[in-house]
Amino acid sequence: MSAILRGHASTVRFLFGGSVVVVLLGVLAGTIALGGFPVGASLQSLVRGSIGSPDALLSATFVRASPLLLTGLAVALSFRSGVFNIGAEGQLVVGAAAATFVAIRAEQWLDVWTVPVELAAAAAAGIAWAIVPAWLRRRFRVPEVITTIMMNFLATFLVSYLVRGPLQEPTRVYPQSSTFAELARIPTVHPMVRLHWGFVLAILLALFLGWALRHTASGFRIIAVGVNPRAAEETGRIDVDRLTWLVFLGSGALAGLAGGIEVGGVTYALYDNVSPGYGYTAIAVALLAGLQPVMVVPSAILFGGLSAGAAAMQRDVAVPAGFVEFVQALIILALLAAPHIVAFMQQRLARLQAVEQQGAR
Amino acid sequence: MSDRLLDLRNVQKRFGSVVALDGVSLQVASGSVHALLGENGAGKTTLMRIAYGLTRPDLGRIGVGGTWRHFRSPMDALDAGVGMVQQHFSLVPSMTVAENVVLGTRLPFRPTVIRRIVLELAEKTGLPVDPDARVETLSIGAQQRVEILKVLVRDARVLILDEPTAVLPPQQGRELLSWVRNFCTEDRAVVLITHKLEDVRAVADAVTVLRGGRCILTGKTYDIPDDTLVGAMLGAPLEPVERVVRHAPSGPPILQAKDVTLRDARGIVRIRNADFSVRAGEVIGVAGVEGSGHRELLRAVAGRLKPFSGSLVLPQRVGYVPEDRQNDALLASLDLRQNLLLHDAARRRGFLRWKSVERSAESLISAFDIHASGPRAAVDTLSGGNQQRFVLAREISDRPDLLVAANPTRGLDVRAAQYVLELLGKLRDDGMAVIIQSNDIDELLETCDRILVTHAGRVREARPDRDLIGRIMVGAA
Amino acid sequence: METLLTAFLASTVRTATPLALASLGEGMCERAGVINLGMEGTIIAGAFGAAVGAAAGGTVLGIAGGALAGLVVSCVFGIFAIWLRTDQIITGTAVTLGALGLTSALYRVTFGTQGVALSIPTLAPLPLPLLSSIPVLGSAFFSQPVLTYIAFVLAPVCSWFLFRTRTGLIWRATGESPEAVRSAGGRPVQVQLLATSLSGLLGGLAGACLVLSQVGTFADGMSAGRGFIAIAVVALGRWHPSGILAASLLFGGSSALQYLFQAAATAIPYQVFLALPYMMALVVLTSGRRGHAAPAALGGKLENSLS
Repeated sequence: MSAILRGHASTVRFLFGGSVVVVLLGVLAGTIALGGFPVGASLQSLVRGSIGSPDALLSATFVRASPLLLTGLAVALSFRSGVFNIGAEGQLVVGAAAATFVAIRAEQWLDVWTVPVELAAAAAAGIAWAIVPAWLRRRFRVPEVITTIMMNFLATFLVSYLVRGPLQEPTRVYPQSSTFAELARIPTVHPMVRLHWGFVLAILLALFLGWALRHTASGFRIIAVGVNPRAAEETGRIDVDRLTWLVFLGSGALAGLAGGIEVGGVTYALYDNVSPGYGYTAIAVALLAGLQPVMVVPSAILFGGLSAGAAAMQRDVAVPAGFVEFVQALIILALLAAPHIVAFMQQRLARLQAVEQQGAR
Repeated sequence: MSDRLLDLRNVQKRFGSVVALDGVSLQVASGSVHALLGENGAGKTTLMRIAYGLTRPDLGRIGVGGTWRHFRSPMDALDAGVGMVQQHFSLVPSMTVAENVVLGTRLPFRPTVIRRIVLELAEKTGLPVDPDARVETLSIGAQQRVEILKVLVRDARVLILDEPTAVLPPQQGRELLSWVRNFCTEDRAVVLITHKLEDVRAVADAVTVLRGGRCILTGKTYDIPDDTLVGAMLGAPLEPVERVVRHAPSGPPILQAKDVTLRDARGIVRIRNADFSVRAGEVIGVAGVEGSGHRELLRAVAGRLKPFSGSLVLPQRVGYVPEDRQNDALLASLDLRQNLLLHDAARRRGFLRWKSVERSAESLISAFDIHASGPRAAVDTLSGGNQQRFVLAREISDRPDLLVAANPTRGLDVRAAQYVLELLGKLRDDGMAVIIQSNDIDELLETCDRILVTHAGRVREARPDRDLIGRIMVGAA
Repeated sequence: METLLTAFLASTVRTATPLALASLGEGMCERAGVINLGMEGTIIAGAFGAAVGAAAGGTVLGIAGGALAGLVVSCVFGIFAIWLRTDQIITGTAVTLGALGLTSALYRVTFGTQGVALSIPTLAPLPLPLLSSIPVLGSAFFSQPVLTYIAFVLAPVCSWFLFRTRTGLIWRATGESPEAVRSAGGRPVQVQLLATSLSGLLGGLAGACLVLSQVGTFADGMSAGRGFIAIAVVALGRWHPSGILAASLLFGGSSALQYLFQAAATAIPYQVFLALPYMMALVVLTSGRRGHAAPAALGGKLENSLS
């Protein structure tokens, strides 16, 4: 056991995460039972809706995991370098808006290039939204936690305006954009499922980032700055301000891309609540992954599956989806507390040992 | 035990698997200055943190003024009359001196009242401070006075000072010690943590020596000769230091400063119109008191601080050992390979070749006798001395033209310090230029070919004369 | 014109009240060095607690229920983020997620799966004698439910506490440097737990205010981001209670303006008014000491605690 504890910390955390998930599925069952719902049928429905069939997996779980995967990467990357970008939500939303703009306004003359340009626009919008907090951090040392939250609200207002103004559908009845034409949609991997190529792109990005952090000089600089910015600057001569600025913008690009993929691959339109809080859930996704890009893939799939299963559970057995959100929160809290509890127990053990040794003398 | 103002019995403390204190007892008589002597890692600070309630012992008893106490926090210790000034100050930088002094006390909180209380206390104790000044604007010496006042305002009878002279220039250090002497009247006591023999000789009535978490020796200071104290600290007599043979530098100049002016991060001019040059194959010492600009000078010659004006020509490759190794030179949670890569991380391009990095780390570990389980050991599993050795090894591993080291022996035990100084001499003989800064003038005189002294932003070269250097440092020459 | 102005002011105060309660809580919490992103969770829990309490035993029980529910949620946050020293930002996000989910689920379980609109007693305006008859301002400021007055009295009380008491000094010092407080014999962990509890209490009252004096029922996610807006309000108010109260009124005013302009059908999109206070907060953050006025140890972990 102690060998495991001394081993690779993130692996341990993920192993631990696995067991926590199992335990908390038990908690979920208990919660459901307390709510007076049939536990068996509820869990069955949860599993059926998430991983029970190829269709559930490919049309629900993976589809929901895609934006979580990209925003999760955005969060993991930024946290890794010590940038607390919790503005993935806002960056995603403006990314979705930019992609919609391209899809609706430029589809005629972009032709087959619509989707790539759409995604590029989404990433660019994400960057633009990250520039403000990044600049405030760099120039005035304003904590980005506070500013990114504000930018999230501003993004919501912007979309609210767009879907009632410039991007509103032609009949001007509903607060949403018109539906994307075929050319502006990200193709699905197979005609029978809803899973689109955006998911594959996200996985490739995760693998690339994981590799780059580990095997390139730039990746090492990001990690060094995250671990100790002073040493990175003083000994490594790294321009920390510039590096964190770039990471912040990169993080914004990833989150913006998530928005582009969501409208281009799933909703095919922009509306007010285009994101049910993906940018916030992403924090949990990144944390469960131990901020390791590659681990973000299973983590995002887990959270995507939970959310797909919860929807099925609410539909089939009328178990409120809120229970699953609650359990997700418990997973995060348990993961957060684990290392601290272990440290606490070790201290206790040391004190006990000292007392025992004293007694033995 | 009535005359034992502070009485620690059989104190034990472990941190993980490391035994920091292995049954240490300490009796401090009232009216005495008691020096706690020992090398780094001997357990001096841990013992006193326990006496101040900052660390909880695994076992042992604490008595103050004749009663046994149980300290759950510094509040309990302060209530019992024990106060401590830690080596790293714990002040609130954005608050005023008066607010810092009354923080946590039960004094009435009204601006005029606390101001008067602080002024009166400063007057009474002979520790001048400006109650309205913000702490972040004060010099180190003034901050130390605030720290002492913080403890005295609670009527502490036992005052613990952790390495108080280490952060002060020599003159101020002496002043502080004579203040300690005066402070220590009948019903009070001072515990002075130090690893300087001269401090012990200057002020202490009694001395206790710790080594490896055990109490080795305790007694009246005048009873114990220096040799015995040093022997107790080190465990074995020290070999005599080999005097470095000074030789005329022959190499070409590799560093040239012309009319260099330096500003710190806040834009304050720290060094004004400095002119000097350094040749290959010489060791240059830099001496200066806190705030004299030596810190900025060192960062500038290491290429870490760009001159505000003037020309500073530096060699291509510079090794740099900053003063605060923990925070400025190491990635504590990462392994030795990664910390090796940190050296010049900004200039690296492309892919990392972990295999070759691992081999380099291995060769450093064996060449410099670093006690680590291997290249994949996390830096924070190494002891302080080994971390320092690793930093030095890393910075000279690519044979730089110039090595800049701030306080290269600070925090090292005598043996390790000697090793480092000898190594620096060897590097010099191999044609490397070395610039070291130290608070210890004797160390500079022993090691350096030439000495630069900073005072109030001016850089002057001084003859290797202890008295002269001391006078330039404080502006008396 | 006068009635329009009165209506605008009244609407401003009404919208500002829950925001002011939550923001004062968040502000006091941040002054002690804790950034409580669980505030959104305490508000929704407070709303739910108030609905349950009021349905069971009237408005007084409703207020108590709201405060209690907020307190419980913030205690969960405190146990993790302060006692176990987990990351404040992630913990806060998790607590918010959990509280939103749990209240939504419990609401369906308690009040029916269809989420039948439940009707509960609400707080009547409590006109203050004399003051409420001042023209224009009277009915806007002095004919409000009791929670509004609490919010307005709380700001000067908090100011006095922070800047004129011993405990207030320790509180502020904890936000600047917990180590210094510990070394001076203070107990930063206790201070932060207390600060977190206070923020939960006030967040709970904010939630109660939404249910009892505004909407009159509970709805999923009815906190509508107010917990996060509070972070912006605190920044705009420069971490000072009176500044926070003023900033809350500004946020309230801008959303009141929105309705005014929506009704008037002007060319300016109403979202501009909603966005205005956020933009102001961003601008305000660029000025002041150290570039901003945030407590130095905000969001940091308490390292090195008693071991």
